[in-house]
Amino acid sequence: MSDRAKTVLLHGGLLALLFALQFMLPAYHHGNLARVMVLASYAIGFNVLFGYTGLLSLGHAMFFAAGMYGMGLAVQVFDAAPALALVAGAGAGLVVSGVVGMLALRTAGVAFMIVTLMFAQAGYLTILYFGSYTRGDEGFVIQQAQRILWGIDLSDPTNRYFAAFALFASCLLITLWLVRAPFGKVLIAIRENEERAMMLGYDVFAHKLAAVIVSGTIAAMAGAVYGLLFGYVGASFASVQYSIFPLLWVLLGGAGTILGPFIGTLFMFYLIDLSSGITTAYMLVAGVALVALTLFAPQGLAGAVRKRIWRGLP
Amino acid sequence: MTLLSTRGLSKRFAGLHAVENVDFDLPQGQVRALIGPNGAGKTTFVSLLCGRIAPTQGTVIFDGRDISRLPAHKRINLGMAYTFQITSVFANLTVTENVALAARRRLRGMAMVQATEQALAQVGLEGRLDQNAGDLSYGHQRLLEIAMGLVQHPRLLILDEPTQGLADSEIEGFMALIRSLAGHTTILLVEHNMSVVMQAADQITVLNFGQILAQGSPDEIRADRAVQAAYLGTG
Repeated sequence: MSDRAKTVLLHGGLLALLFALQFMLPAYHHGNLARVMVLASYAIGFNVLFGYTGLLSLGHAMFFAAGMYGMGLAVQVFDAAPALALVAGAGAGLVVSGVVGMLALRTAGVAFMIVTLMFAQAGYLTILYFGSYTRGDEGFVIQQAQRILWGIDLSDPTNRYFAAFALFASCLLITLWLVRAPFGKVLIAIRENEERAMMLGYDVFAHKLAAVIVSGTIAAMAGAVYGLLFGYVGASFASVQYSIFPLLWVLLGGAGTILGPFIGTLFMFYLIDLSSGITTAYMLVAGVALVALTLFAPQGLAGAVRKRIWRGLP
Repeated sequence: MTLLSTRGLSKRFAGLHAVENVDFDLPQGQVRALIGPNGAGKTTFVSLLCGRIAPTQGTVIFDGRDISRLPAHKRINLGMAYTFQITSVFANLTVTENVALAARRRLRGMAMVQATEQALAQVGLEGRLDQNAGDLSYGHQRLLEIAMGLVQHPRLLILDEPTQGLADSEIEGFMALIRSLAGHTTILLVEHNMSVVMQAADQITVLNFGQILAQGSPDEIRADRAVQAAYLGTG
């Protein structure tokens, strides 16, 4: 079977399975999976920058929150319809990632991590500062009446699942196309050997900036959809914790793989869900699992598949 | 016609004059060798040409245009290609993808695939297309570097010590390759292997302590007393 056929089969198969699960899962897991798909979309955005371009941002929560607040404030303050609000969310992510990228990319390595972390912290404090609009830590609820997109009530579990699925499928397919396109291959080249990429005539800065913008905008889209589907917008989503989550998910699932972000998010979500049913020290269980994975599958779950089974895994 | 020239080109590293006031002219189509003892400033000089490092003073003119202020990637896009002295390939990518990355600057689709295959065949790596570049032997990585330069069809090909680490048979293949390019590709060759230099080069420039010590045909350089004293040895 050709690489192309295998790629189509594998990724199409996952999407078909997720679509079909809608009709089979009990309500509890059904809701969980919708949440996982939205968070995995966030991780997919993060992975474009971290996994494929080799740039570790510790401030992605600012993009997620930019999307969430862009959407939420459009609804809350300007009474926008959900479709327009989603566009506002994505637009906010586009602008924030463009500006932050221009500034943060003047640094590299550890400095880039610190600069993105600081920008995200500034973003978090900005949200708290404008508490009269954002309601700060407490956040605000998006009412059911405000969540009706083209006549579809997104607070309904079935609709919500399909909306989450639509977001996840688009993010997955867009990034799959992207990393196989010449543009994506240049990003991988930059990750592997930046100076060599430059000496082949590629504008490294422009490619990195584009990667930050694609990554930030996908993260923002995920944030906007998350707020709309689950009806809540709050500053905790801009906190440093939400910058670390996508890193963990991507590391667990496999950085620089298309399926890695989803696998990692799903794994982590259920690891915490199941272990918290057994013990209150569930973070200990999660920690041990993380250490074990780091020891035995340092490239993450999908990374281990790529290493041992199929080298061409995109 | 002069393809590349420099005027008063200098680079100082914290007081050390790595390259000092170099006026250099390279006519189109020539194979020029750049030789000199270790530390003479050869790699610094070619790095100044292609923009890997910025000069302290002086200008670089390529095809009649002052490119002194252009960033490296723009100079490459004007038709320069550079192969690294210390092998710098994409170790985790396949041999084919390494060359394809170089080819995609100017070609797409089937033309890109064909150019990639052709460049790899030219250096004799056609049997190793799907290997990771990092798994190649050192000599083969050098050949891969050359293939990445060739596939760009550059107007000026800068080769920094291309034969370092190659076996004798591979050096012969390399010489044949240079001969096949002679005439239409201008080549600047930094090289230590004197038999390669003497056979391949039309003209030779000798650098010593960052300055041009001598310039001329292989025979003239061989006969030059100052060069013998500085470099070739008087014995």
